[in-house]
Amino acid sequence: MTSGLWELVLKGVWVTVQLLFFSVLLAGAVSFVVGIARTHRLWIVRFLAGFYTEVFRGTSALIMIFWVYFVLPLAFGWQLVPMWAGTLALGLTYGAYGSEIVRGALNAVDPAQREGGVALSFTPWQRMRLILLPQAIPEMIPPFCNLLIELLKGTALVSIMGMGDLAFSGNLVRLALQESAEIYTYILLVYFVIAFLLTRVMRGLERQLKAGVAGGGAS
Amino acid sequence: MKWDWSAVSDFMPHFWDGLLVTLQALALGSVISFVLGLVWALLMRTPSRWVRWPVGVVTEFVRNTPLLVQLFFLFYVLPEWDITFSALTTGVVAIGLHYSTYTMQVYRAGIEGVPAGQWEAATALSLPRARTWTAVILPQAVRRVVPALGNYVISMLKDTPLLMAITVLDMLGEARLYSQQHFQFTEPLTVIGVAFILISYPASLLLRALERRLVR
Repeated sequence: MTSGLWELVLKGVWVTVQLLFFSVLLAGAVSFVVGIARTHRLWIVRFLAGFYTEVFRGTSALIMIFWVYFVLPLAFGWQLVPMWAGTLALGLTYGAYGSEIVRGALNAVDPAQREGGVALSFTPWQRMRLILLPQAIPEMIPPFCNLLIELLKGTALVSIMGMGDLAFSGNLVRLALQESAEIYTYILLVYFVIAFLLTRVMRGLERQLKAGVAGGGAS
Repeated sequence: MKWDWSAVSDFMPHFWDGLLVTLQALALGSVISFVLGLVWALLMRTPSRWVRWPVGVVTEFVRNTPLLVQLFFLFYVLPEWDITFSALTTGVVAIGLHYSTYTMQVYRAGIEGVPAGQWEAATALSLPRARTWTAVILPQAVRRVVPALGNYVISMLKDTPLLMAITVLDMLGEARLYSQQHFQFTEPLTVIGVAFILISYPASLLLRALERRLVR
């Protein structure tokens, strides 16, 4: 492969990493807001959060990308650049899956802990911040690691709207070289290496958090 | 936002065509993933490391890379090797292969969940190895994993729009074609979005009910 084509692939890797970073930020924020809302005492808050989750989990991420990229500009005049359209669609879709992880982890915390917070006259926000979340977060890490890998694989979807990510760059190089097997093997290997590294980082984080919780408990 | 009902009715015949293709891809992809996943799971239980290691590497690789790129790989590479399938067949094979790496994990958990006493009872009865699997272990394991397999069918349904990328006219393919021809994106894309929710939400409720029934 010529250096120009390598440059194209590297640019694709950079776009994929950027898209992954922004989507993770948005999906993480959505996961926590919606996940906490799903444990709220007001039924209307729980209902709205549940409705959001079912809608976004029920449809395909690719349809969401099409909707954000083609329908939003026509309907509301919001023409988003591909990077933000991809971030919005992926962040909202995977955030819905993440909210289930947050809800599950919060519900798994011993109810006595919540009652302890009430007995100490903590406000609901203090109970969440000081008691529930610190215990729930270590439990969220393994499923969030899986979600992160799914999100990485989901970033390939934006290639369909012509964004210059890794999968799109792979297609361009294939057209230039007329050599499919070699280029797609490279592209798949790059995705695999990124997924492998992410898994390692998340496992390290999980170990540290669990050690922190255990250390805090012992002191 | 202007909503044009005539565009909806105009799109509906295309929608039904696309739905048929989507359901075909889903049914065939599910069968491949269920069968191949069981094969992977059984291979992973063989005593030979020379079998387990390559199966583990291949399935890990397939599971951690995007289905879309795998679709491109099969669609563009196979003809170079003089292996030619229709776009739909290629898509079905890609979906089946990709999800078999997930169903493998489900079967593994199901098989490991069968109590050790069942294996011991089969040994005590001198059942041959194959009979132990088909008459004792697999019927119990498969019963446990049905709800989890169902969840993957719903996931596969949500991944079928990717087939559009290799020219298959599934629901999204039909919607994109219609949108480009008539320059009306809102109605067809909304119709198929709603269709996905209408299929996947009742299906997930059904699975939860099935799970409760099987666990009881």
